[in-house]
Amino acid sequence: MRLIPGLKIVAWTAALAPLALLLYQIYQFTLGLLILNDPVELIQHRTGISALILLFITLSITPLRRITGWNPLIKFRRLAGLFAFFYATLHAFSYFVFDHSMDFSSIWADVIEHPWVWVGFLAFLFLIPLALTSTTGWIRRMGGKNWTRLHKLIYLIAPMGVLHFIWLVKADVTEPVIYAVILAAILAARILIKPKTKSATAPIGRPTPRSTS
Amino acid sequence: MGRSLHGAPFRGVKQNAFKEHQTLQTVFWTFVTVGSPCQNNMLFKFKPEIPSSEITDEKLYNHRRQFLKAGALATIGGSLMPSSVLAAGRATFFKGPDDLTPYEVVTSYNNFYEFGTGKDEPKVKAARFKTDPWTVSIEGEVEKPKVWDLDELIDGFTTQEKVYRHRCVEGWSMVVPWNGFPLKDLITRLKPTSKAKFVEFTTLHDSRRMPGQLSQVLDWPYVEALRLDEAMNPLTLMVTGVYGKMLPPQNGAPIRLIIPWKYGFKGGKSIVKIRFTEKQPKTTWSQAIPREYGFYANVNPKVDHPRWTQAKERRLGEFTRRDTLMFNGYTAEVEKLYAGMDLRKNY
Repeated sequence: MRLIPGLKIVAWTAALAPLALLLYQIYQFTLGLLILNDPVELIQHRTGISALILLFITLSITPLRRITGWNPLIKFRRLAGLFAFFYATLHAFSYFVFDHSMDFSSIWADVIEHPWVWVGFLAFLFLIPLALTSTTGWIRRMGGKNWTRLHKLIYLIAPMGVLHFIWLVKADVTEPVIYAVILAAILAARILIKPKTKSATAPIGRPTPRSTS
Repeated sequence: MGRSLHGAPFRGVKQNAFKEHQTLQTVFWTFVTVGSPCQNNMLFKFKPEIPSSEITDEKLYNHRRQFLKAGALATIGGSLMPSSVLAAGRATFFKGPDDLTPYEVVTSYNNFYEFGTGKDEPKVKAARFKTDPWTVSIEGEVEKPKVWDLDELIDGFTTQEKVYRHRCVEGWSMVVPWNGFPLKDLITRLKPTSKAKFVEFTTLHDSRRMPGQLSQVLDWPYVEALRLDEAMNPLTLMVTGVYGKMLPPQNGAPIRLIIPWKYGFKGGKSIVKIRFTEKQPKTTWSQAIPREYGFYANVNPKVDHPRWTQAKERRLGEFTRRDTLMFNGYTAEVEKLYAGMDLRKNY
């Protein structure tokens, strides 16, 4: 069956495309071939939006699986989730480096003083344990139930990401509100569309690890 | 310490603003002084005397178009920009302290909500904005309130080029060579009465021409104001051009205000009304979010915006932040205006 590996290549390519485009634009800018008004804002906005969209994709895998009944979709959830973490990390580090030159006291002062910063910072911190425990080994070690419980954090992280976006804009909240509406729709789908079969509730990235048992 | 930059021949980077000037082949010296002790980091471009060959015939001043053209001529110093501007569109890791922000950036990164809230929207949505004819209504505490044709109102003023830092309340900044004349010249011409304590500037309100006004993100029209002594400060500029060219609509054509020691939003654009008042006028942002935006809005690294720090800023094109200067670096020229005032309360 060649379909899944093929789709994996497509998924990796799609997930890396925003980064590739961004790197290309920055490279052009450094050569003087492309005028960017604010390269740092571009980096921060693009990585932030990419993280948010990938979080949304992670959250919509289960509802989509229930709607379509196509269970192999679950094989893409970890990939989406880890890429969301990847972009969130780039986003956070672009803030640490460009806005604060890695000065931790200045980062801390900014985080505690400003709600939109701490909500984003906290969302990033919450993503870390999820990324670390995303391996099949950790799922086995923690046990499905505990693992599922921990990974419910994503229901907190995604709204925090949207809130971070809403709180940072000055007056026109149209764009972040669109993201809020999409997230609400995904979460509603998650609640309203009930699983059809028992197996569809399985939390595990690879339901049957390739062990010989 | 003065840094003098010779008018180095332009080395072709895609900068249309310069191509036009390049053809003029005028040899000119520009001096940019940065951080000279007597000027306290003030940034100014001084032109030596204009050669007689360039002094414009008086009849040229009869029409604003020509006035502007003449303005461009008078400021031909902008034709041969210091070579440092060329670096501004490139990698900026090693940029000098106050290099000019490229024309393309100045004219495509605009907060002008009348044409949309995205920074790239005004350039697109204002492309066909007509600024001729244009009237400015002079109202309130003046000897003769009157609706002026803009050409008449500014007739006879000589445009100067002034290179100012431009600091946005959002935490970014540019360095812009504006063309304009001191507001105090206009105020002197208008003869305010002794009751006048404030000057209020109103932007055009016409949602057919300014589609951003169809959305109620702000309470239109946009109103900004200054205390009369702030308005009379020689730094305060009525701007009709940038980079020696006519001011593009996305930057507030045909006429806008620039107050270099205040956050950018204080500088009203596309002004149609100037009113002199006895009481402090209600200004748009300070009405919209009073906790975040005050009447004074002086650049002040020690007074934070509730949602972000104002201690640092990102010069557009640079990767790391630089320290924000008190009064945007114009302390020597303006601090006396605020003697004895608590700037934390009067933010």
